[in-house]
Amino acid sequence: MHPQAPLARRARAGYEVALMSTDRTAAILSARDLLGIEGLSVSEISRLLDLAQDYVEINRRADKKLPVLRGRTHINLFFEPSTRTQSSFELAGKRLGADVMNMSVKSSSVSKGETLLDTAMTLNAMHPDLLVVRHQHSGAAELLAQKVSCAVINAGDGRHEHPTQALLDALTIRRHKGRLENLVIAICGDILHSRVARSNILLLMRMGAQVRLVAPSPLLPPDAQRLGPEVFTRMEDGLEGADVIMMLRLQLERMNGAFVPSAREYYRFHGLDGAKLALARPDCLVMHPGPMNRGVEIASEIADGAQSVIREQVEMGVAVRMAVLDALARNLEGGPS
Amino acid sequence: MSPVTSLASDGRRRAFVNARLIDPASGTDGPGGVLIEDGRIIASGPSVKGRGQRAEEVVDCSGKLLFPGLIDMRVFTGEPGKEYRETLQSASRAAAAGGVTCMIVMPDTDPVIDEAALVDFILRRARDTAIVRVAPMAAITRGLKGREMSETGLLQEAGAVALTDGRKGVASARVLRRAMAYGRDFGMLIVQHTEDADLACGGVMNEGELSARLGLPGIPAEAEVIMLERDIRLVELTGARYHAAQISCSASLEVIARAKAAGLPVTCGVSINHLTLNETDIGAYRTFFKLSPPLRAEAERAALAQGVAEGIIDVVVSSHDPQSADTKRLPFAEAKAGAIGLETLFCAALSLHHNGEIPLPRLIAAMSTTPARLLGLEGGTLAPGAPADFAIADPDASWRVEPEKLHSLSKNTPFEDRVFAGRVTHTVVAGRSVFS
Repeated sequence: MHPQAPLARRARAGYEVALMSTDRTAAILSARDLLGIEGLSVSEISRLLDLAQDYVEINRRADKKLPVLRGRTHINLFFEPSTRTQSSFELAGKRLGADVMNMSVKSSSVSKGETLLDTAMTLNAMHPDLLVVRHQHSGAAELLAQKVSCAVINAGDGRHEHPTQALLDALTIRRHKGRLENLVIAICGDILHSRVARSNILLLMRMGAQVRLVAPSPLLPPDAQRLGPEVFTRMEDGLEGADVIMMLRLQLERMNGAFVPSAREYYRFHGLDGAKLALARPDCLVMHPGPMNRGVEIASEIADGAQSVIREQVEMGVAVRMAVLDALARNLEGGPS
Repeated sequence: MSPVTSLASDGRRRAFVNARLIDPASGTDGPGGVLIEDGRIIASGPSVKGRGQRAEEVVDCSGKLLFPGLIDMRVFTGEPGKEYRETLQSASRAAAAGGVTCMIVMPDTDPVIDEAALVDFILRRARDTAIVRVAPMAAITRGLKGREMSETGLLQEAGAVALTDGRKGVASARVLRRAMAYGRDFGMLIVQHTEDADLACGGVMNEGELSARLGLPGIPAEAEVIMLERDIRLVELTGARYHAAQISCSASLEVIARAKAAGLPVTCGVSINHLTLNETDIGAYRTFFKLSPPLRAEAERAALAQGVAEGIIDVVVSSHDPQSADTKRLPFAEAKAGAIGLETLFCAALSLHHNGEIPLPRLIAAMSTTPARLLGLEGGTLAPGAPADFAIADPDASWRVEPEKLHSLSKNTPFEDRVFAGRVTHTVVAGRSVFS
């Protein structure tokens, strides 16, 4: 290794400290990995959001590069295709100076029958520092984390968790509303299959928001109310007085009579249109993790309308992922502290 | 708002007096009359007499029965697709002659009623051609194929009063579970034909000694009970409103009684055929007695009648299913199941009253008041404000069932040549006399 690297990094980073409101070296997370919102405390979430807030400003400058992760190797391991999450992590790593490598299932030996753990051991032998993983099965990130010696970031495992999405959603809300506590936040749509919904429920409830779940019964997890939020099957009821509406994507294969009868029926009763939005507070934010099905879960004029912060969510995504990479790197051996 | 077709009504103020009023909704059974105006009942009871009503017409019922019009929860027609067997118009004439003021039509047509536009078609055709009210049930699954759920919400908005796959039961527990969960969001009643098609496969009559003697493959009662028990588990899981369209055996009765005792939103029906006939009526392979579910043994029939009397069975239907010579004049195993029944429903039911098995108010509740409540329809009562839908019957007039005189286009009645005591003499829908 390069024993001087942390010193050099610290020296370069010192210049930036003045620009940032947060302590550049203080530990933010107690765990090595970010596997879900589940394990995060209120103060960890707040500090991550504060750090991400700083990165938002840096990302808006002409010079977006920081040497925070110089010398670090960051691997994106995506077993499920994803354009936006993968490119967001890639950009975050690159802006922080890491060497970023993308591995997707199609070009790897995973598609040749190698197991998840074989892949993990192979990658581990290359000494990565940060491993971002997306997998179609719940618990895959956890399993991987047990077998590798680097920091693992869950970029979505099955229908379990997608912590960076929840963090970027929280950051977006906090920037507009100035807080999370006591906001009425309606999460609407395919909650059953959504890792975004699970991470958001955990994060928003932990931060003191009043979370509502709004979905037709077949798209609600069993005993949904036991997760904590209020549950609504009529969208009109669930949206009344909401400060924030989070729409979820409905996968094509779930709208042809298997979970809901059809796209047109879904749009009629669970699509966000002007009439339904009018039931929420006038300053209600409209969010969507993307990619959107226009005319299925959301009307085009709402997605592009004045209350929509959907594009801003994408911007916040890069900042949040920079904050997560930075925070986890601080805990690594030889990291700044 | 009632989803039922709005019919041309007779707005005149008319009084029907000197009747024996039976209105299960209010527990009425006694002398009285009914005063109607603008298609609605404005007064009913012993105070409605010949004079003092300022009525344009006074009809003397001379002591006959006057009861809320029957709402038949299971009517098959051939429209659209098999109009030669039965149209909405011909079925409505049979209905009017039988005291049925509202037919709940099944989605088993060609095309299947599984889209809002087709619900609309039925309602428009009914408005233009039928003389009684018509309310359609729509398919639970597209094309009755048991795979993809149909558009419950849009169908409900179009006027579907419940969902059913008609002659078929939804075999897949997964599909039914989701349809129930989704239907519950809309308060939609799921009506199921409870027969495990796999277990019943190949069977053409009740399985037992008689099927052994006749050499016909049988359908065990278990085919019904297994699906019914499974469905009730799914009701428990989903909270859906569930109605077993027609049960045929005492084992099902026990299952229903248990579900009700557990407080589940479960109800069931029985066809008039299963209350008045049994498997021995098949005799020499008479296909008009081939029904689905099959007619069972006499002990089962008696148990079902007792089930209606005790209120475990909520609804009695005609299960009117017109079949023609091309589907009935065949070897028993090849013939289609089904019997017509709209026109004979009330008199056949009255026979159960005459022989002391079921009190008359219970029968009328099961054919009118309860269906109205289950389907959210107006009617089923003689209370002021209700639609002026009622029938008048002479409980003792005797008549012989002559198929060629029945109004249905198909003549497959299992009551051919039966002499009934009691006959509907007058039927009023929306204030208008549609049969007399």
